[in-house]
This record gives sequence, structure tokens and C-alpha cells, in this order.
Amino acid sequence: MRYVDEFRDAARIKAVAEEIHRSVDPGETYRIMEVCGGHTHTIFRFGLSQLLPENIELIHGPGCPVCVLPMGRMDVGLAMAERDDLIFTAFGDMMRVPGSKGSPLQSKARGADIRMVYSPLDALKIAQENPDRPVMFFAIGFETTTPSTAVTLLRARELGLTNFYVYCNHILVNPAIRALLEMDDMRLDGFIGPGHVSTVIGCEPYRFIADEFDRPIVVSGFEPLDILQSIAMLVRQLNEGRSEVENQYTRAVSWNGNPSAIAAMDLVFETRDAFEWRGMGDIPKSALAIREEFAAFDAERQIGVHGQTFPDPIEAQCGEVLKGALKPTECKLFGKGCTPEKPVGALMVSSEGACAAQYKYADVTIGTTG
Amino acid sequence: MCLAIPGQISAIDDAERLATVNVMGVRRRVNIDLLRQEPPVEGDWVLIHVGFAMSKISAEQAEEQMKLLELLGEDDEAREEAEGYAFGATQEQST
Ligand code: SF4
Repeated sequence: MRYVDEFRDAARIKAVAEEIHRSVDPGETYRIMEVCGGHTHTIFRFGLSQLLPENIELIHGPGCPVCVLPMGRMDVGLAMAERDDLIFTAFGDMMRVPGSKGSPLQSKARGADIRMVYSPLDALKIAQENPDRPVMFFAIGFETTTPSTAVTLLRARELGLTNFYVYCNHILVNPAIRALLEMDDMRLDGFIGPGHVSTVIGCEPYRFIADEFDRPIVVSGFEPLDILQSIAMLVRQLNEGRSEVENQYTRAVSWNGNPSAIAAMDLVFETRDAFEWRGMGDIPKSALAIREEFAAFDAERQIGVHGQTFPDPIEAQCGEVLKGALKPTECKLFGKGCTPEKPVGALMVSSEGACAAQYKYADVTIGTTG
Repeated sequence: MCLAIPGQISAIDDAERLATVNVMGVRRRVNIDLLRQEPPVEGDWVLIHVGFAMSKISAEQAEEQMKLLELLGEDDEAREEAEGYAFGATQEQST
């Protein structure tokens, strides 16, 4: 058992939790989705839902880029790695993500040249150091990470590299939120908006959630106190019948975001007509592709492999968990066929994945006195 | 990987658009192209994500962020990530 007193800002956390308890309407239920995997992680890590009244339900959203990547995209990436001389680079999170024929780590064990990098600029450096070998960077992430890939491509062009390729799997947060809001069987009353994505795009792009769908969204920081404050702000809006975009994370997020980052993304990427999300199918305009001007660096254009979509194992319910329709523990494989040691879905691998967080922190309980 | 790492700038190389930062005791260089609208100066604190300074923050926010990483048990991971930036190894480190 952990106690709130051990947290930073314990007194304020208690006060906000009490405020939430006082303000909820006992006759209502509040279904609130946290979109970002970083928030999911904090919520599980600190057992935050235990501080909330029972009629507030936190739904874990699709905000973990590794988790929503369909297996077919991983398979295509790994097929590229099978070209004899190609160097495959990716972030550490990707290394254990299962493709239909195994993970990057397993490919490496079979002899592929697979290297973990901490930055796309590391991949660029590998390309500079190995001028006679193709180097591919498996780019993945929401708007938080996309600008860094964009700058790396601009740099590659500046340096005149001819052996550097990006396999672009960058996705956009808002089309996914829209898709969730358009699902008939899904009731979501409000959103905890992603913090770091918003440092890049700002708050303005969330306006459609309030205007078109009449739902409130509060952009939130990552501390336990931030998340509770955001929930309190959402409850207040819902009780008052308001639906607005509010910013709890003003210390890092501005209304219009980071103009240099947005400009770099626009220069290098364009929106795809549609992109497949694991378990959610094709979502219109939900991902980015490399623009024609940068075609020479586009792994999909330059490294010919044929994409094939493999369905996820039948009992795996990753899609339902990603949509928030099922809790991780409600998946038939959770903790049985699927564990962090032997993951079936990426949600069990990434630290931002709901299944991994649930598994790791299953026994985190907290009390308010101690 | 989602959580940003705070670092303090100790030197700026404008030509390479890199800044030397101290990240939780580790010295590394990070790219500053994404801060063009608010060019950083020595002494500034920034939030770092995959080798890029993403935004300027106050010293107080930097401290909060470090405490958060500790609280989440991710401070070692953050340090490891900063150490891992191969492109950012300073001259003496890469030799
Ligand atoms: S437990 Fe495994 S199979 Fe089930 S949803 Fe989670 S990652 Fe997918």
C-alpha cells in the first residue's frame, strides 16, 4: 500500500480528490478518456483511479504509437531488414514488438543488422558512417516525435546523403479522436488531452471536439496532481453543461503550439488519405507520408517490399483495449497467453501500453491516509 | 520515451544547430532546430525528446520534471537515453 502522503504535493492532491468527490453528481456516470499513453502510465503507476469516485470511469485511449501500429507495417519494416546490406534502425520501444514472424530482436538474432537508436539523428549518423550501405529509420510516433523526423530529413537533404531512408509511420492524434467519437457504441463524455503532443500542435486543433461533438477536453500535464486537476476541470465543465478546450498544462503548452515544429512537419510530410490502426481499421487522414520532394529518402518508395496485412491472433483483443471498449484485464489472453515476457500484442510491450502498465502495477493500491 | 527529459544549456554551436546540455549529470549535444522562434541562450532549461530540444522551460519546471521522472522510476532510463545519443557525443567522448 502506498499513501498519498508520499506523493509530491500530497496536500493538494487530497484537496483536488476531495473536490472531485464533492462535485460529481451521484446520479451520473462520467466516462473520461485519457488519450495519451504517458497519462495511462501515470494513472496505473499511481493507482489514480482509486482516488476517484466510483462513477468516474477512466478509459484508456489509443495514444501509444507502438501499440496502434498494425502488424503488417512491422512486417514490411522487417522485410526491408532482410535485404542483405540494409541497416535497420528504430527506437528501443520497437525492438520487442511482435510482427507476424517475430520481433526486430528476433530478426537480429537471425542475422539482420538491427540497431537501436535514441534519436533519428543517430540513424543519420549511422548512414554517414556507412556510405555504401542503405540505412533505414523506422519512424513512429505522434506529433511529439514527428518534427524530429522532419528535421532529420531536412538535414539528410542538406548533407546530400543518398543512403538514408525513413519508413514513415507517423500518425495524427485528432483523426483518431474523431474516429472514436463517431463510433456508435462508444460513449465518451470528455477527454484528458495529450501534454507533449500539445506542446507541438497547441490547443486550437482540439476545437472540433467541443464544437462538433459537444465534448470537453482539458490538455493535461503528467504529474498525478496535473491529471487530477484536469479531471476536476472536466467534471466542472460536464456539470455546467459546457464543452470547451481548456489547458491545464499552461506551463508547457501554448494555445498555438510550436511554430518551428509545425513548419518543419509541413515542409516534409503530407497527410495520407487513410491509414490502418490496429483494431480500429482504416482511419481517414490519420497519418503522414513523406512528400514527393523528399521521395529519395522515402523507404516505402525506394525499398521495394510488398506489404501484406496479417490479422492479429484471433483471441487477442488489442483493438478493443485500444478503443477503450475493454479493460486490459478483460482480454482473454491477459496474463495468460500474453505477458511482458511473451507479448502477443504491442500493448504488452511498450511502457505506454495499457496492458503492460496494468500488468506491472496491478498491485499498486493507495490510501488517502497513512 | 514519451516523457521529456529536462536539460540545461551550457554552450551553443549555431553552425551545427546543436546545444551542449547537462542532462541529469550527463553532458550531451542536442539539436535546437525546433526552437527557432525562441532561440535559446546559455543557461536556459529545455525539455528534450529523442535528441531534440522541444521547448524552453523555467528552472522550476525543470526541477519538477526531474522529480516526476524519479517518481515514475524513469530517471535512470532518461539518463540512459541522454547517454545514448550517439550523434550528440561531444568531441572528447567520441574519441
Ligand atoms: S493482453 Fe495482450 S493480446 Fe490482450 S489486448 Fe493486451 S496486448 Fe493484446
